Amino acid sequence: MINNMLNQRDKHIITVENLTKKFNNFTAVDNISFTVAEGEVFAFLGHNGAGKSTTIKMLTTLLTPTSGKIKINGYDPIKEQHQTRQSFGIVFQDQSLDDQLTAQENMEFHAVLYKVGKEERKEKIKELLSMVKLWDRKDNLVKTFSGGMKRRLEIARGLLHTPKILFLDEPTLGLDPQTRNQIWTYILNKNKQEKVTVFFTTHYMDEAEKMSNRIAIINQGRIIADGTAQELRAKTKTNSLEEGFLTLTGCEIKEKSANSIDQMRMASRLYKR
Amino acid sequence: MSAVYILWLRQLKRYLRSRARLLGSLGQPLLFLIALGFGFGPIFEKAGGGNYIQFLAPGIIAMSILFTAIFSGMEIIWDKQFGFLKETLVAPVSRFSIMIGRTLGGATVAVFQGLLVFLIAMLIGFRPDNLVMLPVAFIFIILIALFFTALGTAIASVLEDMQGFHLIMSFLVMPIFFLSGAIFPLANLPRAIEFISTINPLSYGIDGLRWALVNSIHFSLLADFFILTIGVIVLISIGSYLFSKIQI
Repeated sequence: MINNMLNQRDKHIITVENLTKKFNNFTAVDNISFTVAEGEVFAFLGHNGAGKSTTIKMLTTLLTPTSGKIKINGYDPIKEQHQTRQSFGIVFQDQSLDDQLTAQENMEFHAVLYKVGKEERKEKIKELLSMVKLWDRKDNLVKTFSGGMKRRLEIARGLLHTPKILFLDEPTLGLDPQTRNQIWTYILNKNKQEKVTVFFTTHYMDEAEKMSNRIAIINQGRIIADGTAQELRAKTKTNSLEEGFLTLTGCEIKEKSANSIDQMRMASRLYKR
Repeated sequence: MSAVYILWLRQLKRYLRSRARLLGSLGQPLLFLIALGFGFGPIFEKAGGGNYIQFLAPGIIAMSILFTAIFSGMEIIWDKQFGFLKETLVAPVSRFSIMIGRTLGGATVAVFQGLLVFLIAMLIGFRPDNLVMLPVAFIFIILIALFFTALGTAIASVLEDMQGFHLIMSFLVMPIFFLSGAIFPLANLPRAIEFISTINPLSYGIDGLRWALVNSIHFSLLADFFILTIGVIVLISIGSYLFSKIQI
């Protein structure tokens, strides 16, 4: 019995219990709990400012939670930061490249930090840069790149090492369908062959529906639904995930300022008045 | 180790690629050397102080190191704003290595800048007293660079954006420069100024540099060396701590 329970818990590579993050008196993430099983492709859906990125930042040691518990690959991101960081890779929502370096140099910087071996590094950098069609631009400074090119480089860099968990924060936003497809094929391949657990957020409902095994929907800092795409459709009695999502979250479209934290800070200032 | 190296290399590449910054930061020391050096030279000599350019040059070399080092340290704020800091922060690399890599990178840039100003000073008539002592001068150049890069990094770790930069420049960096003995001798000063210059770390850097370059000293060589070395160690420790507390 006890053994069974332990086994059950072992299968969860991400466990979140009663997680809360407050910025002053604005609650960005409000008492959420969920688990992600090892090898799962998990989609985290929500409007802009719903708390997706804040949650990812807490899972990836960038932000300290106000309260609640997190386990990443068995480690606590607050107390065991180093082991936690060894367990995941991440593609951020907003830019995190050095635009004074070339594409190749950005890739190499990442490879060194993540201890990707020299031979493997060369091969993988070529493979990934070719996949995102930047191989012929590898020696150009990133500051000469367009938004879409930077986005592609950002994804290629995130896929350079093979972590236990891969966090993707709106990875394919603004990319053309063909590139999106190729990137997803690569990611799902990694998921199948190397058992990489994938945790991603997206705005494309079809993407969530097609790619993920399970979906959680977050709205105003709370998880309001959790299940497979079919389960969510059934629950909301709708025909598509998109309709289900709109039913669950309410139809209004939320304006988004520079980034989610800015928005929270702005909101907290407004609340203070 | 390789993480320290790649962080160091990055700082260097960024510096060498921004020619405008390189040239721009040579303008100010040149102006100071010319305007102060030739402007106050006659009065300084009449008052019995000797050749003012000889006195001033070590101070201006230290100034350029101070500015470059603080600025390099504070580049963290840019990294924060342009997002690159996240990439470094989530990496499975100890915060101490990151801090060391950044500090060494920034300090290397500052040392390079100091050497350039040294050459410029030579062009307008500065002559080191004793070439044998140049290695000692080099050690002090390195210490000043390390000290202020670490200070810049520590400060930048707690600042949100560049808004605080001017505050730091006006109320910390400028006073450190002007009240350090860079442009005037520390002897026979009013009590308050004397006190400030005694607790000012740059005073010791300039003192050591001046001893090595023109054989004049206010404190003592050992005091200069140990105060700066201990300061570097303390600041790197504080900096790593503050750096590890950064939240994005």
